[in-house]
Amino acid sequence: MDERFHIIDDYLMIRMPEEIDHHQAAALSEQADRYILEEPVKHIVFDFEDTRFMDSSGVGVVIGRYKKIACFGGNVYAVNADRQIRRIIRISGLKKVLKLVEEDTDE
Amino acid sequence: MNNEIKLEFDAISANESFARVAVAAFVTPVNPTLEELADVKTAVSEAVTNAIIHGYDGRQGKVLLHCILRERTLHIEVKDTGKGIENVEKAMEPLFTTRPELDRSGMGFSFMEAFMDDLQVLSEPGAGTCVVMKKRFADMSSEPHEE
Ligand SMILES: Nc1ncnc2c1ncn2[C@@H]1O[C@H](COP(=O)(O)OP(=O)(O)O)[C@@H](O)[C@H]1O
Ligand SMILES: [Mg+2]
Repeated sequence: MDERFHIIDDYLMIRMPEEIDHHQAAALSEQADRYILEEPVKHIVFDFEDTRFMDSSGVGVVIGRYKKIACFGGNVYAVNADRQIRRIIRISGLKKVLKLVEEDTDE
Repeated sequence: MNNEIKLEFDAISANESFARVAVAAFVTPVNPTLEELADVKTAVSEAVTNAIIHGYDGRQGKVLLHCILRERTLHIEVKDTGKGIENVEKAMEPLFTTRPELDRSGMGFSFMEAFMDDLQVLSEPGAGTCVVMKKRFADMSSEPHEE
């Protein structure tokens, strides 16, 4: 699962799993936190390319990681979020902190 | 289409995806849209996750998932016999969580409310919680009608 994490400059890129629920969330957060602690991470990019399902546990993953980097002026970004993930981001209010990098134009 | 299922499963996190997939399969005869299907899966995931992490809090227990399909309306009950909720109104407020240390976002009930047509939460401290939800699937009049 480690190939899901990449460091580019001071960005941590996380390729999110296919389904992000409570069952997946703990391991995901734990691994991300290890990178945040051990590498010079300032910003985080969540890549939802593979993600077909996310519930409020995924919202908790993003907010929890944001809290760890926000005090150092870091930002969190979302890329490749499909319609459904964008809905979750909108309805949860995550939009206030998570910057959506739009790529597809089907909405 | 009228149908009913009752599933009882262990309160372990591996069963969260099982519950979503079971309900998704249960509603396929009414040809839900992708969005309706995602709505139902998300709401079920929230209710089942709550039973597991809040209701039983890591202890052993059973979650009961009861689904009834009446024409194009789905009724879902997710029930646990865990610790129950002291103040349901407060628990249902957006962002409210009793487990911030677990990275809970407090958006579970808000999602159930947003994605389903009706939500009721019945709970008694010490006895357990029952979440009752309803979803009406749009009638795709362009689709051929099947019995
Ligand atoms: N089945 C349940 N049993 C006991 N408490 C519950 C149950 N479902 C929800 N709760 C309580 O309601 C709160 C809010 O739930 P929710 O909106 O799903 O947010 P979260 O799961 O992120 O805490 C929980 O933190 C918990 O205190
Ligand atoms: Mg919840």
